Amino acid sequence: MIRFEEVTKIYPGGQQALNRVNFHLQPGEMAFLTGHSGAGKSTLLKLIAMMERPTSGQVFINGHNLNKITKKQVPFARRDIGMIFQNHRLLMDRSVFNNVALPLIIEGYHLSDIKRRVAAALDKVGLLAKINNMPNTLSGGELQRVGIARAIVNKPPLLLADEPTGNLDPHLSMEILKVFEDLNSVGVAVMIATHDLGLIARMKYHTFTLRQGQMIHDGLSSSDLRESEFEPVI
Amino acid sequence: MSLLFNQRKSPGANSANPGHRLVMYFIRHLQQALASIGELWRMPISSLLTMAVLGVSLALPTTLHLLMKNGQQLRSGWDSAAEITLFMEEGVSESQTQKVLRRIGLYEQVNKVTYVGADDALEEFKTLSGFGDALSYLDKNPLPSVILVIPTTQYSSPEGARELLEKLQQQPEIAFGKLDVTWLEKLSAIVNLLDDAALALGILLLLAVALVIANTIRLSILNRREEIEVLKLVGATNNFIRRPFLYTGIWYGLIGGLIAWVCVSLILWWVEGTLLDLASQLGSELTLSGLSFSEFLILIALSSGLGWLGAYGSVMRHVYEIEPENQL
Repeated sequence: MIRFEEVTKIYPGGQQALNRVNFHLQPGEMAFLTGHSGAGKSTLLKLIAMMERPTSGQVFINGHNLNKITKKQVPFARRDIGMIFQNHRLLMDRSVFNNVALPLIIEGYHLSDIKRRVAAALDKVGLLAKINNMPNTLSGGELQRVGIARAIVNKPPLLLADEPTGNLDPHLSMEILKVFEDLNSVGVAVMIATHDLGLIARMKYHTFTLRQGQMIHDGLSSSDLRESEFEPVI
Repeated sequence: MSLLFNQRKSPGANSANPGHRLVMYFIRHLQQALASIGELWRMPISSLLTMAVLGVSLALPTTLHLLMKNGQQLRSGWDSAAEITLFMEEGVSESQTQKVLRRIGLYEQVNKVTYVGADDALEEFKTLSGFGDALSYLDKNPLPSVILVIPTTQYSSPEGARELLEKLQQQPEIAFGKLDVTWLEKLSAIVNLLDDAALALGILLLLAVALVIANTIRLSILNRREEIEVLKLVGATNNFIRRPFLYTGIWYGLIGGLIAWVCVSLILWWVEGTLLDLASQLGSELTLSGLSFSEFLILIALSSGLGWLGAYGSVMRHVYEIEPENQL
C-alpha cells in the first residue's frame, strides 16, 4: 500500500529529517509509526500526503510513484487518503455535519448522497446524535471522532493519523483506537503516528520506529521497543 | 476521479451523463455564488462600508461621463450655428452697404444676412454692457458696422464656413471677417482637454476600485487561512477554493455599481432643479440626459468585471501561496 525506497528528506536550511528510509505497509494493514518528537514521524506522513516532496528516493502508494504526481494532481491524490490530525483541524464556525461533509462537497456529490454518507460516517464513530452541533459544544474526544468521520466519509482506502490520541486520556484513546480497528477490519489500511507507547504496548500491530530520521525498527510490536531508548509515556 | 486507486469510484462528480454533469456544474456555481452573498451578509457593516467606498469611487467617473455626454450634446447644437461676422471698412456709404448686402444675399451658400449699423451696435452695446453713460463721453462711435452672415446648413461646418469666409473677405467694402467657429474650435479644444483629463481621472478611479476589492479579498483570504488549509488537506483544488472569493469580488463590484447608479441618479435629480431655474432665466430649454439603460448595464458589467479582476489578482497571489504545513 505504502512503500518508501531510500527516502531522504533534507529541509531547506540543511536539517535532515529522514535518512534513507525504507519500509512497506501492506494493503489492508494497520501499523504504528513511533519515535521521539523530531525523529521524523511528521515528515514521513507529510511525504505520504504530498505536503512535502522527498529530497531523494521514492514514495509509492498503491504502486504509483508520488514523484510523478504533478502539483495539479495533488488534490485528487489526497482524496484517496483520509487524514486525521492531533488538533483535529475542524472548522469551528461550521456544524458537525458541514465539517464532515467537506470532502464530499469538494468532490461534487449530490446533497442526498452527502446526507446519507455523513450520517453513516458519524454513526460509525458514534456521534450521529451530534450531527447538528457546533464543534465548540463537543468534548476533545468527540472532536477527534468528528475528525475521523471527516477522514472516512468518502471511504478512502488509506488512513493516516498523526498523534490522534495526543490530547486524550487513556480511556478515550482506547475508544479512538477501537474506531481505527473497526475501520481496519473492513479493509482500510491505517497508519498511526504516535509517541504513546503505552497505547500500543498491548497490541500486536506492525510498528515502525524512527530515530533521528532512520528506521530502526520494523516489525511486530513491541517487546524489543524498550531497548531502543524509549521511556513509555503514561 | 481517483488517481492512486484505479478501482475506486467517486460517484459524486462523475455521473455518467455529461448533460447532467454540466447542469450540476452550473448548480454548484450558483450555490457558491449564493454562499458568498451569505458570507458578505455575515459581516453586514464592513461589507456595506466597502461597497459604499466602491459606489462612491464609481459614482465619480460615471458623473464625469454624464458631464461629457451632456457637454457633447450642447456642443453639437453649437457646431451648426456657425455665424460669420463681417466688419465693414470705415466710410462706406449707405448705398454701397445696401449693394454689398444684396450681393451677399445672392450667394447660394448664404442662408441669412443681417446688417447691424454702427449706431445700432453702439445702442445695443450701451444697453447690454451697462456702460451707457460712460460711452456718451466718446466723441466718436468706435464701433464699426457689421454684417452677420448665417450660412446654409451645408456650409455651416467649420471647413465650409471658412471657405465661405474667404470668399466674403474678397469684397472691397469688407475690412475683415470673423468666423465664430474659431472660438468654438478653441472651446472644443479645451473641452477635449477636459475630456482627456476626465478619462484619465476615470481610469484612475476604476483602478482604485479594483485595488480596493483586491485588498478586501486579500484580507478575507488571510482571515480564512485555516479554512483554506483544511480544504487543501481534504483534497480541494485551487479552483474550488478560489471560486467563492471570485464571486465575492463580483458581488462587491456589482453592488458597488448599483450604489454608484443610485448616487448618480440623486446627483442628477439634485442638479436638474437648479438647471430648470437657470434655463428659465436664460429663456432657453436645457435638459439633462441621465444614464441610458445600456449605459447602466455597462456600468454594472464594468464594476462587476473590476470586482472579478481585483479578486482574481488577490486569489492568484494568496490562495496558491497558502499550503497546509504546520500540522501533520
